[in-house]
Amino acid sequence: MSAILETRGLSAAYGPTAVLKSVDLSVPQGGIVTLLGANGAGKTTTLRALCNMMVRVSGEIRFDHQRIDGKATEDIVRLGIAHVPDGRGTFVSLSVEENLRLGAYTRRDRQVAQDFERIYGYFPRLKERRRQQAGTLSGGEQQMLAISRALMLRPKLLLLDEPSFGLAPLVVQEIFRILRGINEQEGVSMLLVEQNANIALELAGYAYLLETGRVVLDGPPSTISSDESVRRSYLGY
Amino acid sequence: MLAFLHQVLSGLATGGIYASVALALVMIYQATHQVNFAQGEMATFSTYMAWKMIDSGFPYWAAFLLTLVFAFVVGVTIERVIVRPFYKAPVLSVVAVFIGLLLIINSLSGAIFDYTIKPFPSPFPSDAWYGSPYLSSHEVGMIFVTLMVLALIFAFFRFTPLGLAMRAAAENPVSSRLVGVRVGWMLALGWGLAGMIGAVAGMMTAPIVYLDPYMMFSVLLYGFAGALLGGIDNPWGAVLGGFIVGVLQNLAGAYVVGTELMVTVALVIIVGILVIKPSGLFGRTIVTRV
Repeated sequence: MSAILETRGLSAAYGPTAVLKSVDLSVPQGGIVTLLGANGAGKTTTLRALCNMMVRVSGEIRFDHQRIDGKATEDIVRLGIAHVPDGRGTFVSLSVEENLRLGAYTRRDRQVAQDFERIYGYFPRLKERRRQQAGTLSGGEQQMLAISRALMLRPKLLLLDEPSFGLAPLVVQEIFRILRGINEQEGVSMLLVEQNANIALELAGYAYLLETGRVVLDGPPSTISSDESVRRSYLGY
Repeated sequence: MLAFLHQVLSGLATGGIYASVALALVMIYQATHQVNFAQGEMATFSTYMAWKMIDSGFPYWAAFLLTLVFAFVVGVTIERVIVRPFYKAPVLSVVAVFIGLLLIINSLSGAIFDYTIKPFPSPFPSDAWYGSPYLSSHEVGMIFVTLMVLALIFAFFRFTPLGLAMRAAAENPVSSRLVGVRVGWMLALGWGLAGMIGAVAGMMTAPIVYLDPYMMFSVLLYGFAGALLGGIDNPWGAVLGGFIVGVLQNLAGAYVVGTELMVTVALVIIVGILVIKPSGLFGRTIVTRV
């Protein structure tokens, strides 16, 4: 399978502080890859680096066989990479529907109206609340909104930053079930950053483990979860 | 009673001007948390352009529209070239930049068009409005034009994708970039629109106060007072604040302090609000769950 996203020697820094040190990643076309690691390992930074956002980036990033490193965030989005950011990035003063409309901001095709229905099909609760100020949604609903906003782009690749963060287990289950459905039915590739390694390894087809900005282990979920130190540090058994 | 009603109505007419200026200030403030002290001078300069065009034979409304285009381009250019490098500068530097801008544009108006006071035509008939004792035709026209401008601006923000993108960029620049909004251009666009609103205010004010480089000095002050009164982060509040200040100023001028002290009314309002309710009457609170 060819890779939709590939990085070579990807490094990133906040000012003088290097956070990511020469990371090689690959996300196959239509696949789900997860990036695991402790707090401060560089997971969020990796996603930000891919979108050239808030960090200084060096190294090579290829998306769809095209170099994208050095491009502006707004242009990277236009190529079909949707980012569900850390903290969800909700436009709190805008309505749910306006948030979704912004997701499709760069699209000029005529299917946007249908996509609202498609999204509301995945997340009926957002439909009920479409006129409501997005800041009044619950945490789970805001996460659904963030994912929906990203899907409104009709992305080829979805970057997900801790979609389980701060949510009740049942809500997390629901969101991950829907993510799997989107991946299977629409072939959207995903790069998933998670602290909840158990659920991430269930969803993903391949995993990378980051420690202090470097990849220390990678492989299919079975290999990762059978690794003794991973089990103890990240899976809790 | 008649005189009182007259004061209230003509207060609404000038209040419309303050409301426009307040809206222009709020638009820029919402996006970048900067108060554009040069807003009034930009409006004056644009009004001079309109005067020049009318003077050299353009029909009024053609000059009006061309002036809007001119004001828009000037606004965008000022943001791109002068304001942009200072987004990360400390507040005081930014204030200095804006005051510098105010003085520069003011002197430019004087240098190019000289300091003699010029009459500026009104597009509306010069008699009283249908013989009404309350309002002149120009005042009625002024109210109408301001309300049109405000309605257009609100419709733009409420119903167009670009307006939505501008609101998004003002609220959350990072997320805006992630959905592909070119945030830098949205700020420039905001300046352009603010410039246009200011130009309309200038062209509506000039027939009453006559055109000179200092024409908008007090208007800016009242507009600012209106914005603060309504809540500088709330466009609706700012507009309403502008109208309230217009009426208050007129009533105070007629019955309390006299015309000589009218400008102090604006300052009293500003100081009073900052002391009693800094967020203004309608300072918006965004409901957020964490």
